[in-house]
Amino acid sequence: MTATEIAAAVRSGQRSARDVVEEHLAAIAARDRDLHAFLVVVADQAREAAAAIDAAVARGEDPGPLAGVPVAIKDTLCTRGVATTCGSRILDGWEPPYTATTVERILGAGGVVVGKTNCDEFAMGSSTENSAFGPTRNPLDPSRVPGGSSGGSAAAVAAAFAPLALGSDTGGSIRQPAALCGTVGVKPTYGRVSRYGLVAFASSLDQVGPFATTVADAALLLDVIAGHDPLDSTSIDDDHAPVSPQLAAGVAGLRIGLVEELTDVDGVQAPVRDAVAQAGAALEAAGATVERVSIPSAQYALSAYYLIAPAEASSNLARYDGVRYGLRVDADHAAAMNAETREAGFGPEVKRRIMLGTYALSAGYYDAYYRKAQQVRTLVIRDFARVYERCDALLAPTSPTVAFPLGAKTANPLEMYLSDVCTIPSSLAGHAAMSVPFGAGEGGLPIGVQVLAPALGEPVMFRVAAALEAAAG
Amino acid sequence: MPVQDYQAVIGLEVHTELNTATKLFCGCVNEFGAEPNTNVCPVCLGLPGSLPVLNAAAVDAALRLAEALGFRVPAQSLFARKNYFYPDMPKDFQISQYEEPILSDGSLDVDGTPVGIERAHLEEDTGKTVHVGGGGRIHEADHSLVDYNRAGVPLMEIVSRPDLRSSEQARTYVAELRAVLRAIGVSDVKMEEGSLRVDANVSVRPVGSEAFGTKVEVKNMNSLRSVGRAIDFEIERQVGQLDSGERVVQETRHWDEADGSTHSMRVKEGSSDYRFFPEPDLVPVAPSDEQRARVRASMPELPAARRARMVGEWGVADADAQILLNVEGLADYAEAAVAVLHGGTPRDVAHWCTGAVQAFLRETGTTPAVLALAPDGLAELVDLVADGTLSRSQAQDVLGECLREPKRPRQVIAERGLAQLSDEGELASVVDRVLAENPDVVTQYRDGDAAERKKKRGFLMGQAIAATSRQGNPKVLGDLLDQRLST
Ligand SMILES: [Zn+2]
Repeated sequence: MTATEIAAAVRSGQRSARDVVEEHLAAIAARDRDLHAFLVVVADQAREAAAAIDAAVARGEDPGPLAGVPVAIKDTLCTRGVATTCGSRILDGWEPPYTATTVERILGAGGVVVGKTNCDEFAMGSSTENSAFGPTRNPLDPSRVPGGSSGGSAAAVAAAFAPLALGSDTGGSIRQPAALCGTVGVKPTYGRVSRYGLVAFASSLDQVGPFATTVADAALLLDVIAGHDPLDSTSIDDDHAPVSPQLAAGVAGLRIGLVEELTDVDGVQAPVRDAVAQAGAALEAAGATVERVSIPSAQYALSAYYLIAPAEASSNLARYDGVRYGLRVDADHAAAMNAETREAGFGPEVKRRIMLGTYALSAGYYDAYYRKAQQVRTLVIRDFARVYERCDALLAPTSPTVAFPLGAKTANPLEMYLSDVCTIPSSLAGHAAMSVPFGAGEGGLPIGVQVLAPALGEPVMFRVAAALEAAAG
Repeated sequence: MPVQDYQAVIGLEVHTELNTATKLFCGCVNEFGAEPNTNVCPVCLGLPGSLPVLNAAAVDAALRLAEALGFRVPAQSLFARKNYFYPDMPKDFQISQYEEPILSDGSLDVDGTPVGIERAHLEEDTGKTVHVGGGGRIHEADHSLVDYNRAGVPLMEIVSRPDLRSSEQARTYVAELRAVLRAIGVSDVKMEEGSLRVDANVSVRPVGSEAFGTKVEVKNMNSLRSVGRAIDFEIERQVGQLDSGERVVQETRHWDEADGSTHSMRVKEGSSDYRFFPEPDLVPVAPSDEQRARVRASMPELPAARRARMVGEWGVADADAQILLNVEGLADYAEAAVAVLHGGTPRDVAHWCTGAVQAFLRETGTTPAVLALAPDGLAELVDLVADGTLSRSQAQDVLGECLREPKRPRQVIAERGLAQLSDEGELASVVDRVLAENPDVVTQYRDGDAAERKKKRGFLMGQAIAATSRQGNPKVLGDLLDQRLST
């Protein structure tokens, strides 16, 4: 059952939320030992929440648009009283005293949180192999990765542990695992969804978004979590018209661009490239016009991203010093405690990015690295703006490849970084983008086609996504 | 070369805690002296996932300072992160302003000389570390505790240009700036509580030289007096070094109030690279025209104008006007008393305020706002002196009692039977009796020169006042005495 169907059934009293939750907890119990999508399953809490929803329905109240729908939450989002680790030893056992705005909104809409999902440590990675608590496996082929960093959320939805999940996307961390697990994944416009309670990786890029099995379900969850939050200064001061009503609007008359720099490049597998072309053809058949477009600066986006994101991360992750929460390795004096705590608590990829970022911000290097990267970012925004004068939305691959085997890229960080080459440009621009399953590649593994839209272009983006979903059958 | 052949060049960095109701980036109460770690929340504790939201009242405070000191307010200013590790800093970075501060290019008049102020910016305060055991010293402490109540309290850092040339000027600058900050209502400016902290950049150069000498930053001055002492010490130390052929080392030095000298602080390796970058969690600050207009309309009279009015309209000496303005609330107290005078003069009000009232405030550490004697009580006292009911020395006693106990001057007079004796007939008989009892003195007065006469008259006045148990009106007694001695 989709989330939309579950919510309708629970709201009308046809199914009990308790029954829905038990069914999903049973699926988790049966299979998550092998997949490791969850770091924590909050079964008792979920049962209590479901019972409360059933009681509300019995009283004639409406629990909200997510009534009784199980939702998995990426472990980068704070949940009061429930361990939140971001896949890191340094936060092992930390229970936040507050809940992220997005999670509060899900609970307020009748959603039932079933657990916290695994991820690359502090969302740094593209395979979920960087989790300090062990990798997550791809439900479609457990010898392969689910992508990352929100691999646990993607796997949870793909394995039907929950019809909906929240992830966070900094350079592709929702879209890429969605593609690799054959689910829908949405990175909303920067500022459309509150970041309050999302443990920061790179503040100017991070955005929370939904995973779902259908485009309609993704829209349902996005409409619940989007909207202004006074606790997040970068949250756009607008209530945002819901996207769900747009889904049936079709694509007739829309102008779609195929981004050359993200499609016809080395490393993009042929079936992936073909899938994007077929997606374009499908939209044309549905009444859209399709043309090839160029974002010349896109080729520099990856390099800029790997300066900006680590720079912000080096500062955001400074607070894990052993003084107030999480891991503490005792030492003779504060500076040594600090250093030893961080040495023991952070994994190699996190340390690598902290060093990269510290270097990029250092006196004498700032102009050459951080400032230059910000200039590239401006160029990327300008190039997109030029293209969006002619196009309503763009198409590109989400990931250059289908899901790869565990361990295939762990030895070579740069190769792993290239997993996000297609998703990073719109992240730098702060635009909306989503991945929709479209076709299959090597070994019958799913391919994700990425739909890109300008800032606050979600309504059009979802129309295109719905059309692709329909065409993919 | 002797000290006078050198010129000191001084710039001051003043950090003032703003008295906004809540902290700079969260809703926690901004107060001094609460139980440790009670005014904290996820934001000011820097918990993972928390985000800052700028307090508009802090921007208002900056805009008020802009009006007062003629700062330029850029259309947009930015917050930046200053990155360094310290246990009392929750995020291990401080949100401050770097490349584009909220205010730039202001100036403050110091005894007729305009002193340039390069910039003023907003930033958050840190927590406070307490070292337990080992006499509270960091290296011998058993462990340390951190109180985060102060973390996130808004600070304004006001950076002067190197326009000051003496410790005296530096002190006046700080006093004047404090008076302005107090007048515009943005800070409590209490150096002892740390709500106003001053760092001084001091260098010396030969008189006539245009080039600056090597500057030394002096920290840890916690009173106006120690600002002056520390700067004087530093000037002499630097001149001494130059005279003995040494070079002044660019460094930060710590003022030690107890031994009256500055000490080099350990130079921390790499501590100067704060890796500033724009704070991505905040949007640029862009005060609207309405906001600026609202602030402008609510500006109070500034200290310089108020002082000029007190000197011009009240006839108060400039030094006394300074005192009224530099003691928190005293000028307001005096103004309130002046407003309800019947016969007394503002000048008299100022006299008592800068004298007995100020002494009492200093002694007890209180403020005029909480004095037992309300301003109209002081006005009553001044009027009673003016109409001759009390002598000045009686008034001094009455005032003393009214400051210590919640009594009105008339009540004290009634209790003590203090009213001044002014009845001319009664006093005339006192004078006549004193003259009759001291015929020799009267003769010496009549035969003496001016100096001798003054002395003898003084003696006779003293006798007369003593004869009235000090209640006789000195003016009436004096007139009667002069009348009789001249015939
Ligand atoms: Zn707070």
